Amino acid sequence: MADEIIRLTGIHKSFAGVRALQDVDLTIERGKIHCLVGENGCGKSTLIKIIAGVYERDAGEMIINGTRYEKLTPIEAIREGIQVIYQDFSLFPNLTVAENIALNEELAEGRRFVNWRNVYRVAEDALAQIDVQLPLKARVEEMSVANKQLIAISKALRQNAQVIIMDEPTSALTEREVRALFSVIRKLEARGITFLFVSHKLNEVLEISEKIIVLRNGKNVSQGNRSEYDNRRLVREMTGHDITTKRYTYTPDKSSEPLLRVDGLSAKDLLYEISFDLYAGEIVGVTGLLGSGRTELALALFGTLSIDAGQISINGEPVKIKSIQDAIAHGIGYVPEDRLTEGLFLERSIGNNVVVRIIDRLRGTLGFTDPRRVNAQIDHWVNALSIKTSDPSLPAKTLSGGNQQRVVLAKWLASEPNLLIMNGPTIGVDIGSKDELHEMMKTLAGQGMGLLVISDDIPELLATCNRILLMRHGRIVEEIQPAQTNENELAAKLIEE
Amino acid sequence: MEETKTKAAQKSLLSRLSGDSYILRLLAITILIFIAFSIVLPGKFFTVRNLQSMAVQFPEFGILAFAIMITMITGGIDLSIVGAANLAAIAAALILTHLGGDGGMSLSLVIPLAMVAALIVGSIAGLINGFLVAKVGITPILATLGTWSLYTGLSYVITGGPAITTTQLAFIGNSSVVGLPIPVIVFALLAVAFSIMLNRTTFGFNVYMLGTNPTAARFSGINIDRVLIRTYWLSGLVASIAGIIFLSRANSAKPDYGASYVLLTVLIAILGGISYTGGVGKVSGLVLAVLSIQFLSTGLNMLMLQLSGSSKAIFFRQFAWGGLLLLVMVINYYSEKWKDKRASEAA
Repeated sequence: MADEIIRLTGIHKSFAGVRALQDVDLTIERGKIHCLVGENGCGKSTLIKIIAGVYERDAGEMIINGTRYEKLTPIEAIREGIQVIYQDFSLFPNLTVAENIALNEELAEGRRFVNWRNVYRVAEDALAQIDVQLPLKARVEEMSVANKQLIAISKALRQNAQVIIMDEPTSALTEREVRALFSVIRKLEARGITFLFVSHKLNEVLEISEKIIVLRNGKNVSQGNRSEYDNRRLVREMTGHDITTKRYTYTPDKSSEPLLRVDGLSAKDLLYEISFDLYAGEIVGVTGLLGSGRTELALALFGTLSIDAGQISINGEPVKIKSIQDAIAHGIGYVPEDRLTEGLFLERSIGNNVVVRIIDRLRGTLGFTDPRRVNAQIDHWVNALSIKTSDPSLPAKTLSGGNQQRVVLAKWLASEPNLLIMNGPTIGVDIGSKDELHEMMKTLAGQGMGLLVISDDIPELLATCNRILLMRHGRIVEEIQPAQTNENELAAKLIEE
Repeated sequence: MEETKTKAAQKSLLSRLSGDSYILRLLAITILIFIAFSIVLPGKFFTVRNLQSMAVQFPEFGILAFAIMITMITGGIDLSIVGAANLAAIAAALILTHLGGDGGMSLSLVIPLAMVAALIVGSIAGLINGFLVAKVGITPILATLGTWSLYTGLSYVITGGPAITTTQLAFIGNSSVVGLPIPVIVFALLAVAFSIMLNRTTFGFNVYMLGTNPTAARFSGINIDRVLIRTYWLSGLVASIAGIIFLSRANSAKPDYGASYVLLTVLIAILGGISYTGGVGKVSGLVLAVLSIQFLSTGLNMLMLQLSGSSKAIFFRQFAWGGLLLLVMVINYYSEKWKDKRASEAA
């Protein structure tokens, strides 16, 4: 029998009457890489918080390193060598790299004065353990997401981590950073550190893990060795049904004027000589690494990035887009990359979020807002985009990622744009919902809308776009026909220098 | 479709009621304060005379509270309101004394002229704040701290220090319509106007959205500069209305009138459930906060006077305001905690 470091059996947990976990079993074996997979809201986060001692389980048994715990506190979990790296990393952004890694120990030793030489030595050692070099005196807030993650790992190792649990570690990383992270993880695995990964990126799960645990709706679906799984099985077990993607093919009628023509668009140090056409009914993908200019292109078209040269034309008419108001006046909508800060008003109701673009049109007598017309619009869009909520007057933050994205989409669709720019249309959206969003995008294009999809999610690009523009260092370097490529080829092109 | 529509309508009413647990608590506290003083001070507190006397007192700061409220909902604040109110009052007083004196223009002409001048001064003061906040991008608390000093300083320069006395507006401060003092009517009209504006206009909707998340507001196509300028303009305009009330009650305009009102109105706004981070706040909460502060002030004043027989009692007022604010915050904390606990026990 394998060496078990953590064993959970029959775990139950409810929050305010909602069952989060039901009879869940989980075994973590020493020195192996485990992946916990499942859609958003399936109970993954709850489960790791129980292992970390943050939540108390309602029922079930918990054995860690052979000790049975009736109630586990976070301190006890840390003593047992369990370290959780959450998505926000729990680092102090205003402190330096060295302080973040080493100050914990300094404090634990109860010294009255900080021994700075010691702090830097400890931090350097810790980073050397994972073969990473970072400026020790730089503030953590200046670091990239990938480096913050490495700092968090170093910090965990300094606290004698035996099991490192990582919540969605790759969601904000570029392809190359993911590779670097994986190599660190493999190195640590060879030294006997155990990993539990929480993820919904299936390719990565299949690549890195040795053991896979699938959860759906708070219940175990399966648990086994990596070799027993493939992409199809994971999708089926996570969603409960098979998902087959159809590609989107569309050949625009090029005798008419293009909906959008971009000619020689340049912005200092960000964009160089960008030219392309987009016809009504097309879904054009724009891909590239972070920093390739893909987001800058979107922002330039939406009027928030000023351009130095070049011409944008809408339906053959040259236009100037200097502000968001200009962009909107020309029928351009923008679904931003960061839904939570740029797309949604989290504390406002779902309904408020849906009608924010059109509230001015929903006026009745004397020019005052007509609540009946407002409610009719809200009901219409909640139904049309199947936004799953018991009540549209609840705050938008109560929704899952996929439903939040539908709210952002509804907000724009309500104002009937001709061109919709979607930056990362399904980031943080679970598989089932992702597929439905893709179908919606195809339907919108079918109705004559033009879509510009900015994404580095390769399966997404191949499933939705009729052509893909590849960007590198602020330039469009290639136009790719999805029918003439495959995932591996496109992935290779994406990371090519 | 039909079914979901009615469901949405019902739910929104229901959640509107339950979502207002804060305002319900504030209502209970206001009524409690009123009843308690009526019992402790028999024949003194709950009398027509006292009610009327309170009714001329609270509109002074109550009106200013609307200015603080609207700026706080956008996530900002306007510390210059009292400065703007006094500057507006001084402008009105100058017109009244120079043009409306003996042998001057007729009162029916000079009074409207003075009022319009006050409103224009308030508007300009507000627009300056709006420009600084929206276009220059100065943090509201700093921008309006600066303009507060600017407007107050300007008032000193104009008057040279002493008050400008005029009794021509006294009729506003002293007379009543069907038993209601005019300042209360002005306060009530503003409450209705703000309520309609916040709930039933595009501007009001945008104010809440902007206060909740300025970035998302910008990306949703809301012209946030325009909303902010309008907000601070309104704040200045409301301040000048308060300035006219100051002048009509005190029969004089001076640069340092009501200096304590700035922090008092911030306290009232927070007590009224208006979030200092923006996006949250209702007229009903603000009105209840104004009333409870007034009841508390008058009641304690009478009580302390009765107990100590000394006029020092008036200093107890400010202590009580702070106490009330903290009490409401503490009650709030425990009732939310109790609600959470009950919700998890129900599970």
